[in-house]
Amino acid sequence: MAENSSEIRYLNPPSVEVKKKKYCRFKKAGIRYIDYKDADFLLKFVNEQGKLLPRRLTGTSVKFQRKVGAAVKRARHIALMPYVADQLK
Amino acid sequence: MYHYETVFILTPVLSEDQAKEAVGKFRKLVKDFGGTLVHEEAWGLRKLAYQIQKKSTGHYHLFEFTAKSGNIIAELELAFKRDERVMRFLTVALDKHAVAYSEKRRAKAKAKKDAPKTENA
Repeated sequence: MAENSSEIRYLNPPSVEVKKKKYCRFKKAGIRYIDYKDADFLLKFVNEQGKLLPRRLTGTSVKFQRKVGAAVKRARHIALMPYVADQLK
Repeated sequence: MYHYETVFILTPVLSEDQAKEAVGKFRKLVKDFGGTLVHEEAWGLRKLAYQIQKKSTGHYHLFEFTAKSGNIIAELELAFKRDERVMRFLTVALDKHAVAYSEKRRAKAKAKKDAPKTENA
């Protein structure tokens, strides 16, 4: 009876999703400095309310996520980006 | 040698000439406090992302300068605070990557500016 334990059988074949591997765009593109003056670029890292997106969605590495955060906060201070928004995108 | 960058916003109440005059004052201050201007950019009258002092636009200006000592920042920021024409300012110390980036950005802006001229000529 126990001979088949290693071989798991499914009633429905499990759907095999090929997950696209996330990557850090800064590491890939070799960007060393994130400019707070470039609000259009920073828009990629916030949701439509103007909140920072988590790393788990953008795939950014820890090192650059910290820099993105700092850049967004600077951009907010000099009114290039809003602190709160409704329909940013 | 320290490398800094300052962005400040002047009230939209000022006319072009008055804004230029105010910028001239700060340019002189940077020099007086022992800084050397490396680069300067006027972004003109821009829309703000949110209201500041009930204003929705402002004259943006950018200074990039080097200084031998960090004391210049305290003095410059004090001058910004004392001047009621300045609505907002932000000073950032640039590291070597940032300096490289701003040089690249400058070259790009220059190429863009020069390109249409050469086309016409």
